[in-house]
Amino acid sequence: HIVLYHRIIAMYTSATSIRAMACPRQRSSMRGEESSMRAQVAPLHQPRLSRTPVVIRSSKKVQASAQPASKGASASSASSAPKSTPKISAEEARELYRDMFLGREFEEMCAQMYYRGKMFGFVHLYSGQEAVSTGVIKACLKKHDFVSSTYRDHVHAISKGVSSKKVMAELFGKKTGVCRGQGGSMHMFDKEHGLLGGYAFIGEGIPVGVGAAFTSAYTRRVLGEEDHDAVAVNFFGDGTCNVGQFYESLNMASLYKLPVIFVVENNKWAIGMSHARATSTSSLADSEPWIYKKGEAFGMPGVHVDGMDVLKVREVAMEAVARARRGDGPTLIECETYRFRGHSLADPDELRDPKEKEHYASRDPIPRMKEYMLKNGLATEAEIKEIEKDVVAEVEDAVEFADESPKPDMSQLLENVFADPKGFGIGPDGQYRYMQPGFTSGTAAVS
Amino acid sequence: QTVRQIAGLALRRESNALKDSVLKSAGGALAPAAGGASFSSSSRAAGSMTVRDALNSALDEEMERDEDVFILGEEVAEYQGAYKITRGLLQKYGAKRVKDTPITEIGFTGIACGAAMQGLKPVVEFMTWNFSMQAIDHIINSAAKSYYMSAGEIKCPIVFRGPNGAAAGVAAQHSQCFAAWYSSVPGLKVLAPYDSEDARGLMKAAIRDPDPVVMLENEILYGESFEVSPAVEDKDFTVPIGKAKVMREGSDVTLVSFGKMVGYCLEAAKALEKEGVSVEVVNLRTLRPLDRETIASSVRKTHKVVSVEEGWPQSGIGAEILSVVSEDCFDDLDAPPERITGVDIPMPYSHQLEAAALPSVEDIVSVVKGMA
Repeated sequence: HIVLYHRIIAMYTSATSIRAMACPRQRSSMRGEESSMRAQVAPLHQPRLSRTPVVIRSSKKVQASAQPASKGASASSASSAPKSTPKISAEEARELYRDMFLGREFEEMCAQMYYRGKMFGFVHLYSGQEAVSTGVIKACLKKHDFVSSTYRDHVHAISKGVSSKKVMAELFGKKTGVCRGQGGSMHMFDKEHGLLGGYAFIGEGIPVGVGAAFTSAYTRRVLGEEDHDAVAVNFFGDGTCNVGQFYESLNMASLYKLPVIFVVENNKWAIGMSHARATSTSSLADSEPWIYKKGEAFGMPGVHVDGMDVLKVREVAMEAVARARRGDGPTLIECETYRFRGHSLADPDELRDPKEKEHYASRDPIPRMKEYMLKNGLATEAEIKEIEKDVVAEVEDAVEFADESPKPDMSQLLENVFADPKGFGIGPDGQYRYMQPGFTSGTAAVS
Repeated sequence: QTVRQIAGLALRRESNALKDSVLKSAGGALAPAAGGASFSSSSRAAGSMTVRDALNSALDEEMERDEDVFILGEEVAEYQGAYKITRGLLQKYGAKRVKDTPITEIGFTGIACGAAMQGLKPVVEFMTWNFSMQAIDHIINSAAKSYYMSAGEIKCPIVFRGPNGAAAGVAAQHSQCFAAWYSSVPGLKVLAPYDSEDARGLMKAAIRDPDPVVMLENEILYGESFEVSPAVEDKDFTVPIGKAKVMREGSDVTLVSFGKMVGYCLEAAKALEKEGVSVEVVNLRTLRPLDRETIASSVRKTHKVVSVEEGWPQSGIGAEILSVVSEDCFDDLDAPPERITGVDIPMPYSHQLEAAALPSVEDIVSVVKGMA
C-alpha cells in the first residue's frame, strides 16, 4: 500500500467581498523597519479565497478504518468534492452541537462569575474556538485517550467528559473541584478522563502529551497489549509554535512513531503579538508563516483546516486519530480559529482590529452548525431549543453546585505534596513527620 | 485612567460597570494603558511615585543616556508591557530598541547574552520570573559564568528583570520565588527592590553595571505609590548595589527582608510598637552580594533577628541570613535567630489556602513576640 497524505486547505464560501475588507494589521506607524519587511508578507488576517483545489486522496486502508468514533455516520467518501464531509447522523450532530453550545455557555458564565469576584487569578476563555474542541475531542476520542492542553483548558476538559460541575467548582476554588481547589483555571487534571493538564507555560504540555502517547506505544510494543490503542492529543496555540519544546516533540513523536496528534489552535494572537509578527515564513517559497507545513519537515502529515467549522475539523481529526490508532504515527493539524474575547479576562484587547473580530464573529461555529442541522434535517428548531435550554440549566446547576460547595480545609495545605508522605522527612522525635497527630491539619509544628 | 471598553463578541449579560471596576483593581496586571502616548502619565501627588513609574522612568532615562541599551521580551513593545512597565517606550525609541519577541525564552535570552557579550546592553524582560526557568541555562551558563571562563575577555553587561514571587490566585506555576536560586550563583548580581526609590535607583545601577544583573521585582508592588525625595527624581540617581537600607530604626529586634515582605515587616513593626517592642527593619535591596555588615551591625544593636521571605524554607534566603548571623555576630545574639518563610508546598489556587501558604503580618508579630 501507498498511504497518501491528506492535504485539506480550507475554503471559504462566505460571499462577502473578502478582498475589499481592509487589512486588519498592526498600525504601521509604530512599526519602523519591520513594516517594510512585512510588506512582502501577505496578511494572515485576510481570509484566503479558494485557491489550490482540495486534494483528498485515499487508500482502501484509510476508508476501511475511518469508522467514526460515534455510531451511525458512514465512512468518508474518498473522491468526493472538497466541500462534502463524512455523513453525520442526527444523533451525533446534536451531540456535537450540544457540546459546542455547552462550551460557549460555560465560558460566558465564567466571565460573569469572574466579574462578580467568584473566580480569581488568570482566567482564559475559549469562546469562539469550540469547533476545535468538539470536532477533535467529542467527535473522535474515547475515554481512554489523552488530552493535554494549555491554560485555555476549561472546554477541553468538558469536551473530554469532565463534569461541568467539577470544572466550575475548581474555578471557584472549592473542595469539590476537579483538583480540589489546588489547581485552578490553568491547571485542570483528571485521571479518569485522561486529562493531562492544564499547563501555564505554553509548550510545556506538549512533551507530556507525547509521553502519554509513548506509554501507549510502549504498552503495545513492549508490554504486548496489542489491542491497546490509546492516542494522545495536544492542544496549543500559534504562540506555542515558537517554543523549542514544540519542535523537540515533533521530532521525537515522528522518530518513535508515536500515537499523538498535535492540534494547533491558530487564533492568530498570543496576547498582543500577532502570529505574523512572531513567526517567520514557513519555507523559502512561502509568504506566510504556515504552521501545518512544519509537520512535513519532521516527517509527519501537516494539515490545515477551517477551525470555525466543526464538521471539517471532525473529518480531519477522524483521519488523524485513525492513523495514530493504526500505529502509523503522529499528525500535525493547524486549525484556523479565533477567540472572541481577550487573551484573559484581564486583557483589555486593544490591539485586534474590530473588522477582524467581526469577520470571525460571522463565522461563529455554533450558529453555523445549527444552520447545517436545520438545512439537512438533522434537527428541528424545537429540538435545538430543547438542547440549548438543557445546556443553560446544566451551566446554572454547575454554578449552584460550585457556590454551595465548601472551601478546602486547612488540612489540604499539606496534602498531596508527596505520593509517599515520608517525603516530609523525620521529625525531632525520630518519627516520620506525617505520623505526628495533626500534621496535615496544619496544627502540628513543622520545624 | 481611561477605562477602555472591552471589545468582545457574544457578550450578553454582564454589566460593563462591574467589568471596569475589576479591571481597574486588577493589580495592574495587563491593565489598560493610560490614554495618550506619554509614558509617565499617571498623575501623582508631588513627591510620590508608583513602583511602575519608577521602573518606567529609569528605563527611559537609561535608554536616552546610552544608545547601546535596548529592551526585549514578550509584549514589551506594542502591548506596552504585560504589566505596563515599558509603557510608552516603543513610541519614544522605536521598534529597533524596544523589541517584541516570540514566545521563545531560551532563544531570546541566549540572543541577548550574545549581544551583551559584543558590547550592547540588553534589558531582558521575563513576563514573570517563572518563565525564566525556560531560559535559565543562558542566565547561568552564558551570562554568569562567561567572565570567569574567559578570564576577563568576555563581559556580559545584561539586565534580566521581571516580577517574582506570588501574585494573587495564579496557582503553582506562576507563584514561585526565585530569590534563592539566583542569589546562589557566583557571577550574578541579584537585586530585589521594595519601594519606588529602590526600583528607580537599582534599575539605573543595574543597567550601568558591567556584570549580569537579575532584578526581582514584585507584581503586587507595581501599583503601590511611595513618597520620593527630589534626589530620587534626578537623572543620575542610583542606589549602590550591595548595600542594604535600614528602613526603620529600632532597638529590640531586627527584621531582615526584601521585596514585598519589607512592607509586611514595616506593618508588623507598627503593630509591635503599640505593644512596646521597638523593631528595626532592614531592607536588603541586594541579595547578592549580601550586605552582611548592615545585618551584623543591626544585630549587635538589637540582639535578636528574624528573617522574612515568601519563598520556600529549605535553602532559602532565610537560611543564608541565619548562617551569616551565626558566622558574624553569634555572640551578640540573645535568642536563636528565626526565619519566617512561605509554606513548603507548591502554591495552591484556592483563596484561603493561598493566604495560608504565605507569611502574613500576624505571623511576623507572633514570631517576634514569641522571642521575647
